[in-house]
Amino acid sequence: MTNHWIDLKNSDCILIMGSNAAENHPISFKYVTEAMLNGAKLISVDPRFTKTSSKADIYAALRSGTDIAFLGGMIKYVLDKELYNKEYTAAYTNASFIVGKDFSFKDGIFSGYTKGEKGHPSTGSYDKSKWAFEVDEKGVPKMDKTLQDPKCVFQLLKQHYDRYTLETVSLITGTSTEDLLKVYEAYSTTGATGKAGTIMYAMGWTQHTVGTQIIRTMSILQLLLGNMGVAGGGVNALRGESNVQGSTDHALLWHILPGYLKGIKASQDTLTAYNTKWTPKSSDPLSINWWQNYPKYSVSLLKSFFGEKATKENDFGYSWLPKADDNGSYSWSDIFDAMYKDKIKGFLAWGQNPACSGANSSKTRKALEKLDWMVNVNLFDNETGSFWHGPGVDPSKVKTEVFMLPAAVSVEKEGSIINSGRWMQWRYQGPKPMGDSRPDGDIIFELFHTIKELYHKDASNGKANKKDKKNKAKGGVFPEPILNLKWDYETSGVYDAHKVAKQINGYFIKDVTIKDKGYKAGTLVPNFTMLQDDGSTSSGCWIYCGSYTEEGNMSARRDTQDAPNNIGLYPKFAWAWPLNRRIIYNRASVNPKGEPWNKDKWVVKFAGEQKDGKWTTNKWEGDVPDGGAFPLENPDGTKRDDGKNPFIMQKDGYGQIYGPGLADGPFPEHYEPLECPVEKNYLSGQLVNPTAIVYSTDEDSHATCDPRFPFVGTTYRVCEHWQTGLMTRPQAWLMELQPQMFVEMSEELAALRGIKNGERVKVSSVRAAVECTAIVTKRFKPFKVGGGVVHQVGVPWHFGWRWPESRAEESANLLTSSAGDPNTRIPETKAFMVNVTKL
Amino acid sequence: MEKSFFIDTTICTGCRGCQVACKQWHDLPAESTKNLGTFQNPPDLSFVTYKLVRMKEEVIDNKLNWLFFPDQCRHCTDAPCLQVAENTKAIYRDADTGAIIYTIATKELDADAIIDSCPYNIPRKGEDGTISKCDMCNDRVHNGLKPACVTTCPTGTMNFGDRQEMLDMANKRLAEVKAKYPNAALLNPDDVNVIYLVAHDPKLYYEYSVASHSKVEKGISRKVALRKMMGPFASLMRA
Repeated sequence: MTNHWIDLKNSDCILIMGSNAAENHPISFKYVTEAMLNGAKLISVDPRFTKTSSKADIYAALRSGTDIAFLGGMIKYVLDKELYNKEYTAAYTNASFIVGKDFSFKDGIFSGYTKGEKGHPSTGSYDKSKWAFEVDEKGVPKMDKTLQDPKCVFQLLKQHYDRYTLETVSLITGTSTEDLLKVYEAYSTTGATGKAGTIMYAMGWTQHTVGTQIIRTMSILQLLLGNMGVAGGGVNALRGESNVQGSTDHALLWHILPGYLKGIKASQDTLTAYNTKWTPKSSDPLSINWWQNYPKYSVSLLKSFFGEKATKENDFGYSWLPKADDNGSYSWSDIFDAMYKDKIKGFLAWGQNPACSGANSSKTRKALEKLDWMVNVNLFDNETGSFWHGPGVDPSKVKTEVFMLPAAVSVEKEGSIINSGRWMQWRYQGPKPMGDSRPDGDIIFELFHTIKELYHKDASNGKANKKDKKNKAKGGVFPEPILNLKWDYETSGVYDAHKVAKQINGYFIKDVTIKDKGYKAGTLVPNFTMLQDDGSTSSGCWIYCGSYTEEGNMSARRDTQDAPNNIGLYPKFAWAWPLNRRIIYNRASVNPKGEPWNKDKWVVKFAGEQKDGKWTTNKWEGDVPDGGAFPLENPDGTKRDDGKNPFIMQKDGYGQIYGPGLADGPFPEHYEPLECPVEKNYLSGQLVNPTAIVYSTDEDSHATCDPRFPFVGTTYRVCEHWQTGLMTRPQAWLMELQPQMFVEMSEELAALRGIKNGERVKVSSVRAAVECTAIVTKRFKPFKVGGGVVHQVGVPWHFGWRWPESRAEESANLLTSSAGDPNTRIPETKAFMVNVTKL
Repeated sequence: MEKSFFIDTTICTGCRGCQVACKQWHDLPAESTKNLGTFQNPPDLSFVTYKLVRMKEEVIDNKLNWLFFPDQCRHCTDAPCLQVAENTKAIYRDADTGAIIYTIATKELDADAIIDSCPYNIPRKGEDGTISKCDMCNDRVHNGLKPACVTTCPTGTMNFGDRQEMLDMANKRLAEVKAKYPNAALLNPDDVNVIYLVAHDPKLYYEYSVASHSKVEKGISRKVALRKMMGPFASLMRA
């Protein structure tokens, strides 16, 4: 979330799309309800009328996977009716930038396209240099602040979405033009200065072959309407787990390092090459260009990994970090693809249940059979640990040796979680872990010590071992990363969460003087503006620098006093990254003179002294301001040389309406899901995302416009179950509420198939079939798409054969495909094709 | 002081936190259920289910509504079940809180008569003849806590406090809600300590959401009706 949970209450219009927050983020409705009691409008856009829709002022149904068409139509509406916030768009976004002559868009394809190689999951890619801005001699993008130049972003945007007429959008989405208009009208009122609209989205947006671009489309709208940086605005991702924000911040993903530093490619063979590649340069004096500090964060990270072993001479241990092949990909889907192809022999399934949670679970389950060993670290046994005696598996034919390590549950250990609003909150240990179960930290701790011991032993055995090919796998190869790893996080022989939290914050390693103030070696760094690229500081995740300082553990704070602006920031309750800033890009909540767009719900305001119409001292009030430089203009309207643009993480300091960095285009474009019910895309000749990731083993079949699978399927969650149900399916009170796998369908579809409410039916895709109880409901309606009727059904994904004991309730992910988004490789589990038949 | 609930169904999201919190506080077993083609489960109140979010899909003025009704005992100000029981060891009114409390001694009562007397179709009979229902979390209330269902509610649907405070809150909300839903109403606010606010015709939510006349006529015997007419003497007779 750019904003945070409590801030939802400040909104004038809340759009919930790609999320069913009332069901899946029930506490969020405390704040949604508060906003509504204060007069906010709630809009729910969903293929199915949900619990969220039941509370909404406006509900509109759309066919799964057509969100870009829906939102693209809103962009056109906002531009045609001139409802965008003109002052904000011109001042703070790249609407005025001139795009280079190499950019073009023809019939669904942008310039620079090359088709992918056969057998490679990437179906195609772009040469993004074709999308670059025109720059002046200093490298600063050329602009036309009047927004009239035919090659400026604003004009190109207009041109791009000109095709997204109400009629065309309706043909694609199945939403009536009347409902489209209702949503567009209501949401675009937030373009007025002082009004705020927010978006709450979740996996309903990310799990598509165009997932990233759906979110981009909304980001464009939020910039046009001036909704970024303001209270009650922003782009708000509701995370699918209480600590998913933490897991991405701390890089539990293959392609990044902690703090969103870039993963390392094989060709970046020195630290200098790596830092140069990822350190953007801007010569615009108005741009803070925050990422210019990149080397400070990467070097501090290396110092936290390798301590005193990381020296300037050895590139701070850079060469010890794992590197990805330049064209390699190692995401979730890629791991199981490789495992299925016999390329992976051992597997740690840690705190997850891939046999149910990942797309195309049949492939995953078969892949597990190819392993030599698997270690399942979890609270309970699950479908993953027990895959060898799952449905249709003959245990005598499975060679995989499975080990179960029982883990302690979150309340049994101390540590932090980071919520969707970027708040790091410290939690204390409740009960002690049961039986032999242990906290993850202790398991990792012991694992590492054992591995290190083996490397030591191997090293002491001498080099003979290395020549002995047979014993090579035992260890001794490339020992430096293991032997040099700093690992001083224990107290009395066990993992100490405080020591890890302090290392994440970071230490001064030498006595240093910064801006005339001295800091002693061994003390905690107060915040990331003090981090250095010379090895004098360490930080395990630069965005958390400031979370645990000499003043104490900031995330353990529980002061419930609000800030003076009284908008629910509660700055002394827990701690938010970055720098305890509660609303990101908050400098865009003020006009160029530093005055809030909304005087009542202001986030920051400039409170410096002035003389003769000029600011003379620098002071901001309210939230921690982005950057904290002077405003762009003086009170008398003259420009300041030392003012800074508000979007400080962007190289040029502007919000990106045109985004030349993504894999699939600088403007979002509607493409159909990989499996879809229509033969043509009404907007172009390109049916599906030309850069989608599609796997091609014999377990990766797909069916488009296939009469065997005529209905659109989607997956979702229910309030009563958690993820694959590992923690909730054994819980009788919750099973009482949601005991069985079900499929929801319209009365019309039920009639078509002769299905009665409550009877068991079969839902099948080209990949697998699952038995479900039919819920025949008015909450699903057939869609009028193109010239015909398209039916849609939905299934929850919380079930699996392990519980309940009937073994009859299976995972929805047996049905889904692992084809995914080219930017994130998240699979398209929200739109696929199925059939529904009576048993 | 007499306590009341105010249940604002207009902001209920049907999350059923209340339903689970009730089971947890009272340590009630789960029922073995099946999906019957609806999210509502268990299908009805039972001896071990005191609180149930009832769900209905209704098209009203061409607009689909998913109506949620967190059903529970109304703790009537003048409870027919208590009158029919004539046994304060089995059913009594806690003078401090106004909670209508059923004890183990309900086993000695004519359960069918008690159940029939309830205009809201609440009490349920166990295998051994004991009767059960919501007890207002009377133990919590006496210890300064709110009922478990109220504490867990994320949206403010479930409220609890002194009767007058709840009535004030209910009337204020009713006035606000009327602007959007002209048919909004409080259900039997003068007769019950669990005051519901609904946006639409109450019968659309649940057959027994408001006091059912047929139930009243059928359930309250002539004897009870006579007592009611006798007014003040009734309590003397009860004692």
